[in-house]
Order: sequence, then structure tokens, then C-alpha cells
Amino acid sequence: MNESLLDIRDLEVTYPIKGIGKQPFRALKGVSLDIRPGETVGLVGESGSGKTTLGRAVLGLAPVTGGSIRYREKEIGNLHRRQRRALSSEIQVVFQDPYSSLNPSLTIEQILSEPLTARGVDGRAARARVRELLGQVNLPADTADRLPREFSGGQRQRIAIARALALDPNLIVCDEPVSALDLSTQARVLDLFIEIQERTGVAYLFISHDLAVVRHISHRVAVMYHGEIVEYGDGDQVTARPEHPYTQRLFMAAPVPDPDRQEQRRADRRRLLAEQSAADEQAGAGLGAA
Amino acid sequence: MLSRLLAATQISIAAALVAVVVALVLGVVGGLLAGYYGGWFDSVSSWLTGLVMALPGIVVLLAARAVLGPSVWLSMAIFGVLMSPAFFRLVYASVTAVRNELYVDAARVSGLRDGRIISRHILSVVRAPVIIQSAMITGIAIAIQSGLEFLGLGDLSVPTWGSMLSDGFAKIYNAPLLMLWPSLAIGLTCISLTLLANALRDALERTVSTRRRRREGKVNGAPAERTAVVGHQDDARAATGEVLLSVRDLHVGYDQPDGSLTQVVHGIDLDIRRGEVHGLIGESGSGKTQTAFSVLGLLPSGGRVTRGTIDFGGIQLAGAGEGVFRKVRGKRIAYVPQEPMSNLDSAFTIGSQLVEPMQVVLGLSKKEATERALALLARVGLPDPKKTFASYPHEISGGQAQRVLIAGAVSCDPELLIADEPTTALDVTVQAEVLDLLRDLQAEFGMAMLLVTHNFGVVADLCDRVSVMQSGLIVETGPVRSIFNHAEHPYTQSLLDAILEDGEPRGTLGSRKEVSA
Repeated sequence: MNESLLDIRDLEVTYPIKGIGKQPFRALKGVSLDIRPGETVGLVGESGSGKTTLGRAVLGLAPVTGGSIRYREKEIGNLHRRQRRALSSEIQVVFQDPYSSLNPSLTIEQILSEPLTARGVDGRAARARVRELLGQVNLPADTADRLPREFSGGQRQRIAIARALALDPNLIVCDEPVSALDLSTQARVLDLFIEIQERTGVAYLFISHDLAVVRHISHRVAVMYHGEIVEYGDGDQVTARPEHPYTQRLFMAAPVPDPDRQEQRRADRRRLLAEQSAADEQAGAGLGAA
Repeated sequence: MLSRLLAATQISIAAALVAVVVALVLGVVGGLLAGYYGGWFDSVSSWLTGLVMALPGIVVLLAARAVLGPSVWLSMAIFGVLMSPAFFRLVYASVTAVRNELYVDAARVSGLRDGRIISRHILSVVRAPVIIQSAMITGIAIAIQSGLEFLGLGDLSVPTWGSMLSDGFAKIYNAPLLMLWPSLAIGLTCISLTLLANALRDALERTVSTRRRRREGKVNGAPAERTAVVGHQDDARAATGEVLLSVRDLHVGYDQPDGSLTQVVHGIDLDIRRGEVHGLIGESGSGKTQTAFSVLGLLPSGGRVTRGTIDFGGIQLAGAGEGVFRKVRGKRIAYVPQEPMSNLDSAFTIGSQLVEPMQVVLGLSKKEATERALALLARVGLPDPKKTFASYPHEISGGQAQRVLIAGAVSCDPELLIADEPTTALDVTVQAEVLDLLRDLQAEFGMAMLLVTHNFGVVADLCDRVSVMQSGLIVETGPVRSIFNHAEHPYTQSLLDAILEDGEPRGTLGSRKEVSA
């Protein structure tokens, strides 16, 4: 129960900046995180906080410059392309933009059978598996022969989920998978994620900017700010009673869909901001005095 | 004569093909590898390409002939090398464009080998332009080859169109027709090559998406079932001012190329009183932005108000000309867009983009306008107005850009502010600040506001009244509290049910296991 599926320690990712004398950009500054089998860890943060970079590092798509990423006790931080390919049946991905994550010129069957045939599954078995996958994400079987452009955002996201499931992975990195979707579609896709997890025991690293979405799907939640994790704990505690000042600000900034309670939230937020800036000033004064 | 022409055809075309194949292999393979992997191969090949392009082609061919002898095959192979940058550049540009597409990343995560990713996902993108380019290069190769032969620099023992031209030219007074046939052959070949390439491309690329569509439009968009609008009684907090904007039976449609009309708004009524904040909420494709754009007279080309009226303080805006809108827009109706960054011109400073409209619309002098712009920038909460005034759009953040646009919008002291998803592109902490700003400005200027959004939190934060749109119709309208607390229309209820805020948390992993055990 306590053994980790994925164990990230002091991870650093640094992007070189083109041009002579330019400082490289440190996207992650020592991030530690662990995911257990069958668990959803939510990763919340605002744009530029490094949450997408963390996901890409786990997928082997970002340059790891320090620390370690261990998957089932094995270091996967800086694998060679060939070793990385072997991991494809273990770690998969669902991206944010359902429009650019599917190749527009391939049929749905071609898209879904691609990871299978790459592993040497023969044509007939792959076709059968594609039908099965479409069933799992509640799409009709005649979907297979159509092109991505014939589907709405929510349906495309289901296809992307089916592709991630094709190789029966143990971990799926979900990078803002519902952010581009309408409210009601979003709820249905989230429920599909949960249903698949309960059936297959897959673990999710679920990246989102939306505290409410993360609260709905995550067992544990990590909050990122400026390339660091500032708070990490049980989903309910982090999303409802946050302790770190930044998480508190994030929590208070999300408007409540109720006019009267939102009025209250607005007042609370003003008070919190005033308290925090007073505390900062005191800390600043203390430092100055010292 | 004919037999010679036919024999020459074979050789001329075969020689041109040699040039194209050499150019294709070098250019496409080099472009794919350099574009996909980058790194040192990229630098070296780009440098070589530059070098080859700088060489004068004809001079190189002449030199090669002098050294290697007059062989049409050899000279065409060398010409192929000289033309390879044309393919390299084309392929390289296409590959670098798709290399970072998410579907290529997804293929890598799926465990595909690089060779397979290139052949499946990347080659299909470069296929079409390469086919067209090949036809062009073949034409050029035939022309260059004929030119060389015409000058008598070719191998005289091999019959080609160029050598026939040369012979014909020598006898032009006796038999002028001798010139005609080879010329005709060259011309026709080049034309048919281009046509063939176009046809081939169309046949191969039939399945490629023309353009990704964000909104799945309905064919001629007949309204779904038209049920009565659920209206709620005004509550005590409702604004009581006079009606400023009155929309009646508004229909918006788009003219289709085949002459038909696709309707996206199917007859809506909307009233906004002075000083009231009216939220227009709906999912994508519900017609909320179309409604806002009809009031602004900013419908994209092909779109028009097909029926109904838009009365703004006594002025009829439905079907009004640009002249009417010019008197209203930017003076009495202001607009705050969704994407702040794409609504600022990156070539001008923030200051000049604020000052110029004020000079034109409000008739202020440059000095007055500058003072007012600085005051407004301070008013919308920018910490250093002078610095922002002198900045270019890329030097400020998205939240600051939205503040700048809000400053521009309120600069004319408008009666109505139309905000289309004003905080959707912003981070949630920035969104809270921008909402605060909008609320304060609305109270300060006493302006009415039409707020288009899909976020119920934003509606709860700002709005006095709400109208819910679904598939081009308003299904429910009323004061914000009664919509949230006593929604009656099933669609509104389903939207409210889909809200995740304050939902039950998932719980810890262990707790779920215990429950299921």
C-alpha cells in the first residue's frame, strides 16, 4: 500500500535560452512528489508555475537537469529514446487541447491502433482492441472510420483517453484534460476518468489550474508556485482548508457560484490579502532590523 | 522528325527526372532530419544549403562540363544537387512547424520509433508541398537542360529537345517549323507536369482537414424546440433605471457560399437597464458572443442580423450602417475582449494605442489625451502607469494587458460596456482582481454592462441579472439570486448541477479502498 508507483525527488528542469550570455530558465526548482498505484494526485498551479513542465518531465519530454524520477524503483529521469519507448506501456498521456493532440489526417482507428501496432500487435487484434477501447470511453463503434474533425471537443478528449488506455498503462499524466471543455462536458469527462480508474486501477497525475476540478478527482493535491511545490496533502484539506498563504489566495480567488456566498468570499479574500501583506511587511521589517 | 522528337522526349524527361530525384532525396531527407532532430546536423545542413544556394548554377554546370565532359546525365545530377535547397527549405519549415504539435508528442509517448513518427505524422504534412515543388523543379530542369543543349554544350550524340532546338535554329530560314515542335514539347510538358502535380496532390490530400473547427455549426441551424422563456420576477435589489438597451426578436445568420443562410441566434429578447450588470451565460456555440457582436456591429463577415430590433437609447442598431455604429461604438458603447494580448497591436506602445482613439473619438488634444491615459492607467491599478504607457504589449502580462484594455474601454465614459469573457484567459488570482476592478468601475461610472461568460462564479460575482442561452435561444432570464436558487428550466438546472465548486472531495485513496472492501 505504501510503496510508490512514481517517486519524484528534488527534480530540477532547466531550459536553455537561446542567445549568448542569457541565463537558462529554471522551470522546476527541486520538486518532490510521489504517486501510489491507483491514486490520483492533483497538481494545481497558475500559468508559468511549472505544472505542465513536471508532467512533461515524467513523460520524458522535458530536460531533467537534477534530482530523480523513479518509476517502480527504476530511474527514468534521463532515459535514452529506446529505453523510453519500453516505458510507453506503463506511462501515458492525455493533453489539454483536444484539437491539436489528434493528427487531423488519420482516422480514429489509425490513431488508436498506432501504439498497438508499434508494439507488434497484428492488424486484426488491433482492430478488435480499438472497438473495445471506444466502448470503454462510451463512443459508438462506427467512430473508428471517421476523422477527428467530425467530433466535438468532448468526444475528441474521449478519443485521446482511449489512446492513452490502449496499452493498459499504470500511470496517465493528464495535462489540463478538461480545461477546454464546456461545463457539462467537463463533468462527464471527469466522471469517465474516475470510472476508468476504479475499473482498471490506473494512477493519474492530474494537472489543472482549477481547484474545483482537482478537488473532484484527486485523492491528494499538490500546489505549485514559481517552480516549487508549496503545499502537498490530502485533497480535502488542501482544497478546502489550505495552509500555505499562496494556496489560501488561490482558494479565495475562485468565485463561488452563489451571489450571497460570493459576496462573503470577496470580503474574506480582501481580509486575507490585507493580513498577508501586513504579515509580509512585518517579516520584511524584522529582516531589515536584523 | 517525329521519331527524333519522341526519342528526344524520352531522354529529356529522363534527364530532368534524374535532377529531380537527386534534389528530392537530398532535400527531403536532409530537411526531415534537420527539422526533426535539430542539433549539429541542423546547423551544418543549413550552412551547406546557404552555400549551395549562393553558387551560380549555370557557371557550376559549365565548369562541370569542362572537367567531366559533355554528359546530359551528369550535368542533370549536378543540377539536382544545386536545386536540393529548394526542397530542404520547404521540408525543414514544415517539419519545424509540426514537430511541437501535441499529436507528435503523443506519438512519442505511445512508444513509436522516430522513423515511424516521421513517416506517419510528419511526412504527410510535407507531402503536398513537395509534390508541387517537384513539378516546378522538373520544369526548371527541362528548361535548363534545353538551354545548355541549345548553346551546344551538351552531348551531340544524344537526341534531346535542346539539341533539336539548336539544329532548328541553324536552319530557321529554310525550315522554321523545326523550331516549333521541340518548343511546343517543352511548353506542353511543363504545363502538364504542373496540372498532374495539382491533381496528384488533391487525390492524396483528400482526407486532410481543411481547417479545424472550434464550433460545430448546425446545418442551417433550425432552432431546437422553442419553449417559452422562463422569466423570473424582479427582486428588491433589481436595478430600476430606464431601459438602455432593448433587443427584440433578434435573429443572427451567416450567409453560406451556396446562398443559404445558417442561423445561429433564433429570436431573443433582452433588456438592459442603466447601471445594471447583465450576464449572458451559455456553453460554446450557444450564440452568446454572436448576440454581443450584433449589438456592437462587429459580426464577422457573412454574418448579419436577419430579423428583429436592437434599440440603444433610441438608436436602432439592427441592420444599421457603419456610420451609425461609428457614432456609438467607443463613445457610448465600449468593449472589453476575451484575449487581451491579441487585441493590442504589438507594433505600437500601449500609450499610443490609448491616446490615438481618444484623440479621434473624444476630440482631445494629444496632451490632454496623454494625461487622461496616464490617469486611467493609474485608476485600473497598474503600479507604474508611466512605465506601462511607454511599454510595448509583449513587455506586459496578460492581466496587465486586460487592465489596459479596460482603461481604454472606460476612457469615453460609456453608457454600456460589453465584456466578452473578460477573464477567461486569465489566471484565477488575476481574474479575481480584474473582477474587482470591473465592479468598482461599474459603480464609479454608473455604466450598464453586458457580461458574456460561461463561468457561473463570474456571474455570481458581478451580475444583477442573468440570461441563460442554449443553442441560439434564451431559455431563462431573471435576477441573479432567483436564477441560482430557483432555476426552473431543465437546461439551467443541468448547468448548475455540473458545477464542481463546493462539491464533495474525492477522499483519500485508503478510504475508498476500505469502502469497496
